[in-house]
Amino acid sequence: MPVSAADVAAAAALARLQLEPGAAAGLARELESILAHVETLAAAHVDGIPPTASAADVPAALRADVPAPEGLQVPLEAMAPAWRDGFFTVPRLAAHRGDRSHE
Amino acid sequence: MSDALHRRSIAGIAGDVASGVQQATAVVRAALSDIVRCESGPDRLNAVISYDHDAAVADAAAMDRRAAAGDSALPLAGVPVAIKDNICTLGLPLTCGSRILAGYEPPYEATAVQRLRAAGAVVVGKTNLDEFAMGSSTEHSAFGPTLNPMDRGRVPGGSSGGSAAAVAAGWVPAALGSDTGGSVRQPAAFCGVVGLKPTYGRVSRYGLVAYASSLDHVGVFGRTVADAAAVLDVIAGHDPLDATSVRAEQPALSGAIRHAASRGQLPLQGIVAGVPDEYFPDWVEDGVRAACSTALDTLRELGATIRPVSLPSTRYALPSYCVLATAEASSNLARFDGVRYGVRTRDAATVDVLWELSRSAGLGAEVRRRIILGTHVLSAGYHDRYYVQAQRVRARIRHELDDVLASGIDVLFTPTTPAPAFAPGTHAGDAWGSFQSDVFTVAANLAGLPALSQPVGRSGGLPVGGQLIASRWREDVLVRVAAALETGLAA
Amino acid sequence: MSDAAHARHEAVIGLEIHVQLRTRTKLFCGDTVAFGGAPNTRVCPVCLGLPGALPVVNALAVELAVRTALGLGCTVHETSRFARKHYFYPDLPKGYQITQHDEPIATGGSLDIRRPGERRIRIRRVHLEEDAGRSLHDRFDGCTAVDLNRAGVPLVEIVTEPDLRSPAEARAFLDRLKQTLQYLDVSDCDMEKGSLRVDANISIRASGGASSGARTELKNLNSFSSVERALEWETARQARAVGKGGVVEPETLLWDADRGEARSMRSKESGSDYRYFPEPDVPPVSLSADLIASIAAALPEMPAAKESRLRASYGLPAGDASVLSADRHLADWFEAVAQQTGDGKASSNWVLTHVLGWLNQRGLSINEIPFTPARLAELIGLVLDGTISVTAGRSVFREMAESGKNARDIVAARGLAQVRDDEQIEVWVDTVVARYPDEVMRYRAGAAQVFGFLMGRLMKESAGTADPRRASELLRRRLDE
Ligand SMILES: [Mg+2]
Ligand SMILES: [Zn+2]
Repeated sequence: MPVSAADVAAAAALARLQLEPGAAAGLARELESILAHVETLAAAHVDGIPPTASAADVPAALRADVPAPEGLQVPLEAMAPAWRDGFFTVPRLAAHRGDRSHE
Repeated sequence: MSDALHRRSIAGIAGDVASGVQQATAVVRAALSDIVRCESGPDRLNAVISYDHDAAVADAAAMDRRAAAGDSALPLAGVPVAIKDNICTLGLPLTCGSRILAGYEPPYEATAVQRLRAAGAVVVGKTNLDEFAMGSSTEHSAFGPTLNPMDRGRVPGGSSGGSAAAVAAGWVPAALGSDTGGSVRQPAAFCGVVGLKPTYGRVSRYGLVAYASSLDHVGVFGRTVADAAAVLDVIAGHDPLDATSVRAEQPALSGAIRHAASRGQLPLQGIVAGVPDEYFPDWVEDGVRAACSTALDTLRELGATIRPVSLPSTRYALPSYCVLATAEASSNLARFDGVRYGVRTRDAATVDVLWELSRSAGLGAEVRRRIILGTHVLSAGYHDRYYVQAQRVRARIRHELDDVLASGIDVLFTPTTPAPAFAPGTHAGDAWGSFQSDVFTVAANLAGLPALSQPVGRSGGLPVGGQLIASRWREDVLVRVAAALETGLAA
Repeated sequence: MSDAAHARHEAVIGLEIHVQLRTRTKLFCGDTVAFGGAPNTRVCPVCLGLPGALPVVNALAVELAVRTALGLGCTVHETSRFARKHYFYPDLPKGYQITQHDEPIATGGSLDIRRPGERRIRIRRVHLEEDAGRSLHDRFDGCTAVDLNRAGVPLVEIVTEPDLRSPAEARAFLDRLKQTLQYLDVSDCDMEKGSLRVDANISIRASGGASSGARTELKNLNSFSSVERALEWETARQARAVGKGGVVEPETLLWDADRGEARSMRSKESGSDYRYFPEPDVPPVSLSADLIASIAAALPEMPAAKESRLRASYGLPAGDASVLSADRHLADWFEAVAQQTGDGKASSNWVLTHVLGWLNQRGLSINEIPFTPARLAELIGLVLDGTISVTAGRSVFREMAESGKNARDIVAARGLAQVRDDEQIEVWVDTVVARYPDEVMRYRAGAAQVFGFLMGRLMKESAGTADPRRASELLRRRLDE
């Protein structure tokens, strides 16, 4: 299945990666060459086999609802690229309108 | 001789330190002196990318005090260890071989590292890796490539190339690595040391920076099978902080090794080793093929029965891995966004630009390529064709391996890699080639099975690795066979 | 919008409700859950999305989600799975939200609403997910402040089928849902603290017709009345668009409650491909049939069932039963009173009139009431057995509520017990007859209505303590002599 420069641009946008001008076409060729190998998977006999997401098939061990605050050995302000009055700070969203747009 | 202190077996070092015959500080100083001498000189391997000499010596001194106070739970007393730099340790930076984490020091420690320290081990340094463990050569690090101590004109393999090189150079008897598609076993093979990847869920991943969570394992390098087993004994076991870590009984592996040694003249009597035809295609390098034949002969001489088996889905392993690993990577690396930690582009007017610039500048080319591939295979319109199909194939590969290992086969024997260590730049510009040297190792990750690579000979002067794969939770079988083979080949 | 447009179109509305579960700790880590407080103080490697940290599921969150699902009549699945939903946002630490996608914890339930008409609204699914942090856009000039205290707080998302046909129905559904969730004791459902959040999607179609137009999504609905108003506004907007021969574009709208209008969020860029896949760090959640059954067996009585039982067991009129069952704690309180007095209707009157009135005046909830049901039952008993008059009872109630003293002590201290002693009552009769000779004469001349006046004087003379029945008998006997 061919991979277009537009496919690469779309994936890069989703992944929040910037492409150098003109890089999409070259990357598309590389991805296409990898996916050519991946296409062989279509020939595998997998009828009736459910997809498996993990190598482990034990059910999740749950955690009791007991506070267990894990102390941070390095203060947050030491790791934060920008920090003010206890908050991480970032520039505004391009789409900023003063309200949240969570899905 | 004091400068050989750290080159002894783990049992030797720990026994002497625990009993006060030897000082942990002396052992750790010896290891650090090797590291500092080599890494600050013109012939540096670039295997250890950060260390804190004084802190390590202080840790060793604390260890000596514990031994003097009669602490008996110190199976790794005074053992210097190196940690791959995608595993969190307190007091040292965490880079993952990437620019994007510049200046980051983790505020917590990985469970495996905590357990090492509790058992008396002393962390002497963090080792180089392909950025975020994506690669097979340790060429793709923001800190430059690591060289292979066996032949500086060759790569050490990867992504845990720094840990493999540190053990192969004799600096430490053991090191931690991570293995997502072969990243412990393949560099072990290239550097001529033992690399052990346990069963998925055997060792907590808490504190291991995720590349592909369903395939990632913390693994161990050792100079010998016994050394690797001694470290796995310490780090294995359920961790309430990792929901995929499993409460499974683990008999002490050191016991399994003694058991192998104490048998009569045929230590592998009753063991059936399966040899899958698909792992010996005609493109396996001749020297590798020859070394594997010798190993199989040795196994037979040790009492094992060798039986041909078939794993027809083998050819799907690498493509399936390639889809799943990159898909999960695209997700796992989304957190490196310059908001809470790591580097951030200063001059961004909006956070959208900040994300793009920080990620593009901070992440290397190979990582960006894999993220874009992984994003593509998960995106609308391609998800079922690539991601879901790869999951089904993964299930099939796993069933196939489980079935073979349930049919009277105790272990599978294969070459670890089709060829010995390659020269730097071999796969430059070849996108698929960078996955290629994992062709024999990825199946054990897809299936979550324990697997081990050990030196089985040489080809053109370079080490050749042989791989053993056992049933889930049967690390004891794995190390028993490996230890016997190690002895047999040395004889 | 013209009435004609109203007549020709009906709304097709579905709701997505996010409800914060009342756990002590977050969904995947041991940080405590609390409202407010200093920013970024309830965070750890897991909810900060630090490299290497891993999520572990909170067992109570799972149990509360199961309880929610069972209370809504859903089928709870023995195996459910978490999935990652990917998008970038400053307060989404990992670049994905851990939620459930293909295999939610429960599907296929329903909830009945009574108003405007009796209707059954189907619930499509109930799933568990983690909350994001908070982005404060107006905390500092020119930048956004991020607080991750809320990141990782457990939510259930409840998704309805598009079964609601009007904004009023949507409102009625939400009232019923909130009541149900409070009965289930899974959440405090406080919209002001963000523990209950509603998104709505809406399209319109020709009344009774099959084909729906494009759907729009309404967000930022901060109260149930906002939901209703926003849906009314959007129904009208869509009807106008269709009326003019236009089409409705699928889009997401943000409701501005102050302006009473919604505006479009920037049309979705390429950013809305969530690339779900199963969360590899969390194995499937496995719930045995036994466990599900035991949670089901421990469910409290639901509002509708409680309402009909109150009517049947205590002989209450529908109105009383409906008000009492609106709040589980109120109903429980009432039942405790009624069981002690043995008189359901009288107990209901006291609770609905005096107790609720007193609480409302003070802005208190039933949980904050300063006296026990037994205290009120004692007071009601004193009125029922004639120890004190109804009038005295009201006054005793006020004092009891304010002072915390019990009714019997108040009655004794204030001498409010009714006087039934004929000799004493005759004294008051004498006094009244002597003081109002004109009225006595008018009564005797046939003006029967004057009796009420004289009776009133007598009660006043006795300071309200005369047993009204006996006093009335003795007064009448004297007047009729
Ligand atoms: Mg949601
Ligand atoms: Zn946390």
